[in-house]
Amino acid sequence: MTKGKTVMNVHVKPLSRVRAINWNRIQDDKDLEVWNRLTSNFWLPEKVPLSNDIPSWATLKPEEQKLTIRVFTGLTLLDTIQNGVGAVRLMNDAQTPHEEAVLSNISFMEAVHARSYSSIFSTLCLTPDVDDAYRWSEENEFLQHKARLIMEQYDGADPLKKKVASVFLESFLFYSGFYLPMYWSSRAKLTNTADLIRLIIKDESVHGYYVGYKFQREIERLSEERKQEIKDFAFDFLLELYDNEARYTEDLYDSVGLAEDVKMFLHYNANKALMNLGYEALFPPEACKVNAAILSALSPNADENHDFFSGSGSSYVIGKAIATEDEDWDF
Amino acid sequence: MGTIVYYSSSSENTHRFVKKLGLASVRLPVDAGSEPPVVDEPFVLVLPTYSGSDGKGAVPKPVIKFLNNPANRGFIRGVIAAGNTNFGAAYGEAGNIVSAKCAVPLLYRFEMLGTEEDVTNVKQGLERFWTRSH
Repeated sequence: MTKGKTVMNVHVKPLSRVRAINWNRIQDDKDLEVWNRLTSNFWLPEKVPLSNDIPSWATLKPEEQKLTIRVFTGLTLLDTIQNGVGAVRLMNDAQTPHEEAVLSNISFMEAVHARSYSSIFSTLCLTPDVDDAYRWSEENEFLQHKARLIMEQYDGADPLKKKVASVFLESFLFYSGFYLPMYWSSRAKLTNTADLIRLIIKDESVHGYYVGYKFQREIERLSEERKQEIKDFAFDFLLELYDNEARYTEDLYDSVGLAEDVKMFLHYNANKALMNLGYEALFPPEACKVNAAILSALSPNADENHDFFSGSGSSYVIGKAIATEDEDWDF
Repeated sequence: MGTIVYYSSSSENTHRFVKKLGLASVRLPVDAGSEPPVVDEPFVLVLPTYSGSDGKGAVPKPVIKFLNNPANRGFIRGVIAAGNTNFGAAYGEAGNIVSAKCAVPLLYRFEMLGTEEDVTNVKQGLERFWTRSH
């Protein structure tokens, strides 16, 4: 009798009710804002005319081709982790149903990114070369170590550390790879491939921003002691990842003499990853002097000097045509 | 010396940058439904860029609402934009749009929360800007 009652109580527990998501009752406006941004950015690799890069691919030296395939395989590995593990684990920690929905979009787009590299391979490369790179990716100690460090956090019990790992992957670890297509693009090579990578970079930037934002909302509720503990973890973890990333970079890029240039780009992006978590930059300005050609491949007007204050920049033009109008403006 | 008017969403990124400047400032409401303030002195606008793939919606709605008031618009002297180079040509686009619409110079761009270097540049730059022009 008593036993039966207990069972019944378990069944009527309101906790077990399943709730339908209601996008017209939003707890956190960022969820809707980011959902809209991600869905309006939606794309597929088929939209990019990768085959136009075939002649350009043929101009790369064999070791440059090998490097490019390896770099893209390394990126595929990270996207695979984010798609199947990272975003999924974060969904378990979601504070709102809308956050869970945004993360499901993130998870799917990571699958699109991973799939894109295979599109590049099938368009430009020979199958045995690609197979070689996949073998390399399983055997390369630095790539495997990087994956292991991230997976350890995803398999751990601390939701905040999972978010830190996710932001570092999205906003820092991808960049040793993203450097190369920007480099080729700055030399007018593989420009369509670079266009595809730029779409990926935009997505990853929104992902890093969003997960970093959720991280910050959660830590603001914590005690000063716990905040400090998480911050210490984040900086230690970044340095541990950086140490490995520097070696991964040397392993890949030393042969073409670009390792030091890539490292500048790594420092610059490590700072941005920390900023996504709400922390101050770690690497000093002199360690973040990104090659102007790379920066301009990333953002065409980024190296334009807008430092009006110093008077050294190009002067602004008043009343130039505005590409984007918004119906809300009254004037 | 004029003041700073700024917009920062609940991410607080731009808010943090402006706080580090340690200068007088007015924050615009986060919520587009709230009434924007009315200013009565020259100001420099600091704002983040929100961008879709086509740059549409780059300027946050509360900023548009604030500038739609001719009284406020009459006092704007310059604009400083936050952004992220990862968004390509849209980096700091909100600054370009406001600069063109209000015919004031884009004074500076910085990424995300800004670095210590950005804070110093903007602080010193604003000091010179206000003494030189007003």
